[in-house]
Amino acid sequence: MQRIIKDDQVVDETWHLLSKDATLDGLSNCDDLLVPLALWLDHAHALKARDGGLGVWLDSDEEVELIANDLQHFQVIALNFPVFSDGRHYSSARLLRDRYGFKGEIRAIGDVLRDQLFFMKRCGFDAFAVREDRDPYEALESLKDFSEVYQPATDQPLPLFRRRQAQG
Amino acid sequence: MYIYDEYDQRIVEERVKQFRDQTRRYLAGELSDPEFLPLRLQNGLYVQRYAPMLRVANPYGLVSSRQMRKLAFIAREYDKGYAHFSTRQNIQFNWPSLEDVPDILAHLAEVQKHAIQTSGNCIRNTTTDEFAGVAADELVDPRPWCEIIRQWSTFHPEFAYLPRKFKIAVNGAVEDRAATGVHDIGLHVVKNEAGEIGFTVLVGGGLGRTPIVGSVIREFLPWEHLLTYLDAVLRVYNRYGRRDNKFKARIKILVKALTPAVFGEKVEAEWEHTKDGPGTLTAEEVERVAAHFTAPAYETFAGDDNDYLAKRQSEKGFNNWAMRNVHPHKVPGYAAVTLSLKPTAVAPGDITDQQMDAVADLADRYSFGEIRVTHQQNLVLADIRQSDLYELWQVCRELGFATPNIGLLTDIICCPGGDFCSLANAKSIPIAEAIQRTFDDLDYLHDIGELDLNISGCMNACGHHHVGHIGVLGVDKKGAEFYQVSLGGDSGRNAVIGQILGPSFAAEQMPTVIQNVIGVYLNSRTPEEQFIDTYQRIGMAPFKERVYATNN
Ligand code: SF4
Repeated sequence: MQRIIKDDQVVDETWHLLSKDATLDGLSNCDDLLVPLALWLDHAHALKARDGGLGVWLDSDEEVELIANDLQHFQVIALNFPVFSDGRHYSSARLLRDRYGFKGEIRAIGDVLRDQLFFMKRCGFDAFAVREDRDPYEALESLKDFSEVYQPATDQPLPLFRRRQAQG
Repeated sequence: MYIYDEYDQRIVEERVKQFRDQTRRYLAGELSDPEFLPLRLQNGLYVQRYAPMLRVANPYGLVSSRQMRKLAFIAREYDKGYAHFSTRQNIQFNWPSLEDVPDILAHLAEVQKHAIQTSGNCIRNTTTDEFAGVAADELVDPRPWCEIIRQWSTFHPEFAYLPRKFKIAVNGAVEDRAATGVHDIGLHVVKNEAGEIGFTVLVGGGLGRTPIVGSVIREFLPWEHLLTYLDAVLRVYNRYGRRDNKFKARIKILVKALTPAVFGEKVEAEWEHTKDGPGTLTAEEVERVAAHFTAPAYETFAGDDNDYLAKRQSEKGFNNWAMRNVHPHKVPGYAAVTLSLKPTAVAPGDITDQQMDAVADLADRYSFGEIRVTHQQNLVLADIRQSDLYELWQVCRELGFATPNIGLLTDIICCPGGDFCSLANAKSIPIAEAIQRTFDDLDYLHDIGELDLNISGCMNACGHHHVGHIGVLGVDKKGAEFYQVSLGGDSGRNAVIGQILGPSFAAEQMPTVIQNVIGVYLNSRTPEEQFIDTYQRIGMAPFKERVYATNN
């Protein structure tokens, strides 16, 4: 079983990630499913009627605006990094949190490596499916790379200059 | 100069620790080459033709004497005793070994320096006018704004994996010495009619394969909105910039595809959501940062120093130097001085460890301990008493810094090219040297007047060849090194991309080609014209005719 990082801890993965071309055929009713965006857009009604947990995943070229009105239906939104150097979903996560107020889990999937986790966390990701050939426990270490940051972001809404000021 | 507080220091130290561990994992085989690549690049570490190259940031070109001594130490201990100043006002070491880089970064952190984001697809070192704070034509001092941008961009979590590198330049003077027109974002700090400070924002300028001058998307952005607005520009770029083709990934391509007007609308729409949010700058913060850039303890002089003026009359060599390398200062009795790193037969921008130590001493003795790096790859001591100029000139002559060629044809901007860089099509340094040798007569050089000659070894345009009055680009012709010449480029306020003269030349033809170009100019100019003026008046045709006639 794959293990993922959730809220700074390594936990067992319980969600099933459906492939991009998945259809409704043979979907289990009670498993927790991460469905591709296209399936959600085509079959929202059927997916909502299931008993199991529901999440959606977006590829790096799929925009969060497409699900902005549906957020209450998702426990998890997974954002896929086809390669770790494709940084679009850093902005996606921030929009989901800061603009659309999504409170559920935002999970990084795909080419997820420890040296990107610190920035991802700052942008609102709280779960990381670290690539399967890497040790998630070691990856935890990188979440602590920096103890201070300059910019406001999802994890720290105040820029350092406002906190510096507050300290006088 | 900005001095780190405990927060700034901690961030830089934690970076050293992080990179040490990343290097350890790479050497242990836990990180693959492609995984380590962006990590090392975001720390300025390239793997070059012969060895790694480490690029260290000189934020907006400022270096203290203490920092300069540390750079000298690094050149001596970890390199071959020299270093290279780049057109981004940074400094590059060409021969450190990968294993030593974490130690080098630790040394740098001791003097508040780093290599953060000096490479990679992220926000790079912000650049500005080398005469910031002392220029007679300055409207607003750009340095505090550069430091504010430095802090905002350092480890910005959302923009560490952009489609491509991202460069910001800030100008606060009448003349644009920061080449803001050819940056991803160019900012002009201005005052509106009410005397309030704000920014004119240009986006989408750049060199490389598709040279474009940036477009204004906002005439006046009130200062407090600087960072939230930059966030909006970067977010639009991060989301919509092309990622399928490295050569089409810069923001200029996106701006061009959408048109600047539509791009500007997208930015405004994005900004609507974050405007006035916590990222909005406060007066306290601007004051806190600006307090590091107050005027040093100048002495009071009534006006120009008479002995200095007399010496200029009596000594031609000194006068030549004063004409080219001494610049007006806003404070009476002071001047700014450029130390030329362009003597003939030295790669432009190169400096030895002893010279670096010597520059640090000069800065301490004459210029409040501060040095500036220019994008023309020279050094500036910004606060020299005019009464010290003669003595300084004599010392500079001994040290090899007194070549009186600033702004002249031999003050060539030149990238490392094929001698060092693995991307090069052709060598650039030997071309610079051959041209310098051809134009070694000082009187002739001064007579030719102001001329920017810029050389790049490939389309990446690190030598800014598009905006040289004369630009030289290394090209590959069936495996042989050739050079394409362009004329009429300009990096100033009315930035222009140069036009290609015609078919390219072999290396040995280049000095003659330049001689012919100069010949046309000298024959055609009016008394008040510089090269670029004559070119703009008479156009390309006469140059083309002469160069290709003589070459056939
Ligand atoms: S212009 Fe090309 S050859 Fe010159 S330094 Fe840049 S990448 Fe290398």
